[in-house]
This record gives sequence, structure tokens and C-alpha cells, in this order.
Amino acid sequence: MKNALPRFLLLPAAVVGSLSLFALKTETAVVPDADNAGLKLPAGFGALKVAETGGRARHITVTPQGTIYVKLNRPNTAGKGILVLRETSAGKAEVVSGFGNYGGTGIFSTHEYLYASSDQEVFRYKLNGKGEVVSPEQPEKIITGLVNRKQHESKSITLDKAGNIYVNVGAYSNSCQVKDRQKGSLGIQNCPVLDSAGGIWQFKADKLNQTYGNGIRYATGLRNVVGLDWNAQTNQLFVMQHGRDQLYDNFPNLYTSKQSAELPAECMYALKQGDNAGWPYIYYDNQQHKKMMAPEYGGDGKKEATGNYLEPAAAYPAHTAPDALLFYTGTMFPEKYRNGAFIAFHGSWNRAPEPQKGYYVVFQPFKNGKPSGDWEVFADNFAGSEANAAAGRPEHKPCGLAQGPDGSLYVTDDRKGTIYRIVYAKK
Amino acid sequence: MKALLIVVGFLAWGSSQAVAQKKPAPKPAAKPSATAAVSGAMLTAGKAVYVQNCLTCHQADGGGVDGLNPPLTKTNYVLGDKARLIKVVLNGLQGEDIEGEPYNNVMPSFDILTDQQIADVLTYVRNSFGNKASAIKAPEVKATRATNKK
Repeated sequence: MKNALPRFLLLPAAVVGSLSLFALKTETAVVPDADNAGLKLPAGFGALKVAETGGRARHITVTPQGTIYVKLNRPNTAGKGILVLRETSAGKAEVVSGFGNYGGTGIFSTHEYLYASSDQEVFRYKLNGKGEVVSPEQPEKIITGLVNRKQHESKSITLDKAGNIYVNVGAYSNSCQVKDRQKGSLGIQNCPVLDSAGGIWQFKADKLNQTYGNGIRYATGLRNVVGLDWNAQTNQLFVMQHGRDQLYDNFPNLYTSKQSAELPAECMYALKQGDNAGWPYIYYDNQQHKKMMAPEYGGDGKKEATGNYLEPAAAYPAHTAPDALLFYTGTMFPEKYRNGAFIAFHGSWNRAPEPQKGYYVVFQPFKNGKPSGDWEVFADNFAGSEANAAAGRPEHKPCGLAQGPDGSLYVTDDRKGTIYRIVYAKK
Repeated sequence: MKALLIVVGFLAWGSSQAVAQKKPAPKPAAKPSATAAVSGAMLTAGKAVYVQNCLTCHQADGGGVDGLNPPLTKTNYVLGDKARLIKVVLNGLQGEDIEGEPYNNVMPSFDILTDQQIADVLTYVRNSFGNKASAIKAPEVKATRATNKK
């Protein structure tokens, strides 16, 4: 008896359902999850979980045809380090294949090629007119022999519009101390790490087997950049630096643990060739809005930095780990988002014993190619709850960003491997 | 009525458990288990060393950080061979997979800590975060330090 009414409605519902399914084939309407995939979003936006990959999903790219490529930190159980996802219905997708027997972070696509990185090499794969990789088992190795000493190992990549590829090589050190992360250990003069790491290197996107000698150290003094993107409006590379940590652990006589949790800022830099952002000699204090001398190099928390180092374009809370940067050029989102930057913050660990934070996607408004106005948290609650975030035990950790051909924003999670898609629900 | 008494009894038991968990009671005499040699004083001293030197990376709950700093819970590194564990503190650790998982951060050497501090902190770690293992004594640290090759 209880079921009578629903059963009565079943037939018309099925008819409507199949009609809307039919409509989907031409319209491909994206349907947000009822709970917006657990995310908190600005009014008018919705989100869905596109797929659960079960892998540590680092960076992501979507081709103009809508094929999704995800780079895994480690190959999955089938030995695949790159996943291929195709849309099924209502905006969801499924993993249809995989290739590449290496883990890593970087992935990027143009109309013609897919680029992907291990922690010491960069490969490219020819794409056909459907955005499919032609020979998944025969990549061209374009860059090789990059430094990988575990710490800050990710080789994030992006391309400009002139055939160059930019690769981050993170510093294999926190602050170039004689003994890394050891209490009281001072910095090495003329930090040798910077010869082969702690910066962005530029290579040709179409030449094989390039290494340091073939590339240009495009910018230096960048401790570790995981998020980077080419700003087509200003024709300029923007990067997000992971700032140094453990000021208190290494120099407890100069910093409190609270200061250590709030310093230094995570910085956005707009780079030109030859720029030096100052690591390991300086850090950026976003409470004083000053570049400060690092304690390993004579600083005491009060001395300002000397030397000609790049000013950040914008600064964000300490240790929140910006892992992806994306300039939004789509038309799906409202006007204010166009040419602004989305930043995926992986979340902190090095704020302990203070509450951890991050685990969100930020929007940074831009005007005339420069950050303009305050940043705002755009997509929050990847952690699942505030308590999870504070404890540093989030359910998901945002890591990669991509813009879909329709202007959707894709977000990866490298904790559980969830792929999110954020859409604007037009009225 | 009986049920109510049972409930009250359970609540009383539960709250006494909660109190016992908050304060590592310095009265270990009761249990002749693996923790028999673990004194409340060692745990208190060990916690102080932990907070000062270990907590930033290994976190307040000992759970570590995915991909960066290994957890101190339910791992053979912590619960197993004492000399190997002592050497990790004396020499630091990098590039070693723990239980098949890679961790990419660097653990520096903590050889500036005294034998007693290392004994205390390792005893604390071996008896916190759900771990339960025998104490490590200062003479054991001293002996390992004497034969430690860097």
C-alpha cells in the first residue's frame, strides 16, 4: 500500500526520464550532484563528482573534444600513470584506458600534443583530431635528466604560445641549510641547489632529449612551484611558490611556533626571463608586507632582505600549498571570473600545532593582467568538515585544475582520486 | 531499573576511561604487560620532547603527512627493532619507503638530544597513538650511539 503512489508515478517518470536522456544526447546537459559533491560554492554554481579514479590524481588537462587526461603520482595497480576519461552522461565520465608506466605530476595539452612529466623527465604524445593519443606506448622524450632528490620532486609543466615549455625544478631542500631542516644549521653561501633546481627552466616543446645544457634557467630563487600557468592576456608566466617552513623548529630563539605557522606567505609571482624570487636568502612576510632576510642567512625575523629580488604579485596564507594555477578564459562563468586566476590549495601540514588550513580552491580577480582586489575562497570543504581541516586529516586534497571546452572547471584530488567538475547554472 | 543501573555503570566506566586517557596516570603497577616498564614520568617527559622536536612533521596524532612524513602508528619501524628506531633519531631518515609507501620529506638528525631524551620520546611514541610496546631506556640509546656509524 505504501508503494502505491510511487508505482503509479513510475510510468510517466520513465517516459520523462527517457525523453530527457534523449535530449542529453544533443544538449549534453551537466547535472550537478544534489549535494554539489560536498563542496561549498558561490551562489549559482554547482558541482559534481565526475569520476573516482582511486589513484593519486595530480594534474589534469581536458582536450577541446572533452577527453580528460589525469596524471597519477604513481602508476595504478594496472601500471598506468596517465588515465584517460571520457564523458558518459550528465557530465560524469569514466576511465576508459591508461598508459605511461611512470608516476609524476605534470600534464598539459595543446590541440596537437599531450605533454606529461615524471619526476625527472617530460614526454609528449601526438594527439589526433579527436583528442586521442595516437601511440600511447611510444612517447617522445623531450626533456631528461632533471634533478629528483625526493623532496619537492614534482615537475609541473606549462607551455607558452611560442613553442616553449616551462618546467619547475623544485629545490631539494627547505632553506639550503648545511644540514637540511636541522635546528640551528645555517645556510650555504651561494646556495648550490640553485644550479640545477629552485627555479623554472625553459625548453623547446618540440626537441628531443633536452637537458639542462639545452634549456634556459628562466627564473631562479623559487623554492618549489607546483602550480604554474601561462597568462595569454599578458603573454607572461605566472607561478605559485610553496614557501619555506619550520622557522620555529629551526630557529626557536627567533620565532614562536605561532609565527612559524603564519610565516611566510605562499606567493604568486609574475615572471620575466632572468627574474630571481630570492629563495633561500629571503622569505615574504605578508603581515608586514615585506621581503625578509632568512634566518639561515643572518635574518632574525626583523631584518628586511637586501638585494634585488622579485616582488610577489600576490600573497596567500602560509603553508597552504598552492598546487595548481589556472587562468580562466571560458565564458560559462560570470564576467568577473574571466582572465582571473583559480588556485588549488592542497592544504597545510606545517602549521602544527596551530590548526591546519587550505584544502580549497581560491579565486584571485585580475584586471589588466595583474591581481586586482582580494582573493576569495571559491570552492571549499574538500576536507569534509572544518574539524578534518583543522586536524590536517582532510577527506580530499585539491591538486590539479583544468578548464573544459564548455568552460567547466575541473579539480583533481590526490588523496582519494576524485575528479570534480564545477559548473555555473545559468538561469 | 536493572537496565538503568547497567547504563549508569557503563557511563561511569566510560568516563573513568576518558579520564584515564587524558592523564597518562603515573601508576603503572597494575599491568604486567609489554608496557610494564613504561612509567608515567617517562611518558610525560617524552611528550615534551615530542612536542618540541617531532610534532610539526609527525603531527599531534602521530599520523604523519601523506607522501611527506611517515606515520608513527602501527609501523614496524616504531614497534620493532629498538636499535633501528634509535638510529633513525640519531641519523635522521630520507628516501626510505615505510610499509611500502614513499615519504619525500627529510628527517634531520636529532643526535643533539640526550640519551635520556631519546629514550623518553621513543618510549612515548611506542606507547601513544594506539601503539603499545616496551620502553626504551637511556643505556640502550647510549649503547646504540656508541656503535652508530653515520
